[in-house]
Amino acid sequence: MVAKRIIPCLDVKDGKVVKGIHFVDLKEVGDAIEMGVAYAREGADELVYLDISASREGRGTFVDLVGRIALGIDIPFTVGGGISSLEDASRLLDAGADKISINSAAVAHPELITRIASKYGSQFVVCAIDARCIDGTWRVTTHGGTRPTERELFSWAREAQERGAGEILFTSMDHDGTRSGYACEQLARLSEELSIPVIASGGAGSIAHIADVLTRGRADAALAASIFHYGQIRIPELKKELQAQGINVRI
Amino acid sequence: MIAIIDYACGNIESVRSALGRLGCEYELTADPARISAADKVLLPGVGNAAEAMQHLRESGLTEVIRGLRKPVLGICVGMQLMCLTSEEGLTEGMGLFDCRVRRFLPEEGIKVPHMGWNTIGNLEGKLFKGIPEGAFVYFVHSFRPDLCCDTIATCRHGSTLFSAALKYENFYGTQFHPEKSGGTGAQILQNFLAL
Repeated sequence: MVAKRIIPCLDVKDGKVVKGIHFVDLKEVGDAIEMGVAYAREGADELVYLDISASREGRGTFVDLVGRIALGIDIPFTVGGGISSLEDASRLLDAGADKISINSAAVAHPELITRIASKYGSQFVVCAIDARCIDGTWRVTTHGGTRPTERELFSWAREAQERGAGEILFTSMDHDGTRSGYACEQLARLSEELSIPVIASGGAGSIAHIADVLTRGRADAALAASIFHYGQIRIPELKKELQAQGINVRI
Repeated sequence: MIAIIDYACGNIESVRSALGRLGCEYELTADPARISAADKVLLPGVGNAAEAMQHLRESGLTEVIRGLRKPVLGICVGMQLMCLTSEEGLTEGMGLFDCRVRRFLPEEGIKVPHMGWNTIGNLEGKLFKGIPEGAFVYFVHSFRPDLCCDTIATCRHGSTLFSAALKYENFYGTQFHPEKSGGTGAQILQNFLAL
């Protein structure tokens, strides 16, 4: 049986890992490669690096960083943030990224998923979806959750799968940064409706939340940032506890 | 010297990085003379098997690979190209392994691609020296090789038991990615380099 995955997410700005609540109020928390190596050693199953640099210089720095991450880390890693063309994806693949995640650009130009997946394979394409509940409907949002779109979460996720995405990374913007648990109901429905793996993001605050999202939320992987970065949850203890609860994890 | 076969197919960087971490010398090449002169040969590959096979044919390297008598390791799609056929694009492979590659069948509660860490068992031979039964390695694929007489490791996804690794004479293949499988993967690569 394939194990449930634990994925620390590192938001990177100009080569440094930062974390903010709702993408503002950023605090620098450490070096991107050192933190990745430490997480891999502790038992993280994959890593996600998101580039949140706003400038062209910042983006250039990120490609260099991806090359150094590939050299230093012996587990798979996904990179995302600002990927808006096949060329962007190619550059990151050449630098050594195992997967890329696309978000706003895919919403604006869904054919981007098709183009990247048909060139490099579905395994390379993670479709990240940020959504929040607006008047009872789960609406896809872009630009860090600030701009709601006309798209609805579940139909967009199905379309992304049909277009060749190999995984869906769903972040509930209503839960992100709250540390009050993941959007388990929506995640379970995504898992039910899709045949590709679903990564849960947004809301992790405790080991119980992660156990909950991997069982009731039916997620294939749980992603979290601050609870790992600030040492609130250590991965070895987390995995031991998940295993004790009968959840299949790699130890 | 290790030759990594360069046929414009996917993430070569992660294989290079893994060999770099093991401190071994390698070169990326499509030159038949360099490939024939290398001590060991790696055939990586990601993406679509039919496209990868077409690239490999166009590079004129299929006969070179078939003729090699030194250890050759195919990884993921690289390994699939060493099989008889693949259902992906109904491709004919190099036929080095007596094995067919098929798509995972849809199954309730089972996700495809088979993505993530899974355990390998029925481990045979020097490639798995020091690796315990049930060790976790990293997989990402939608097509998988059948069980066959060349199987040297197995893995289960849902109700399907498939070959996680194959061996015939000097030819080796892994469906999983040793270069992405942490310490276990590093040990498997080290074992290959020590053959």
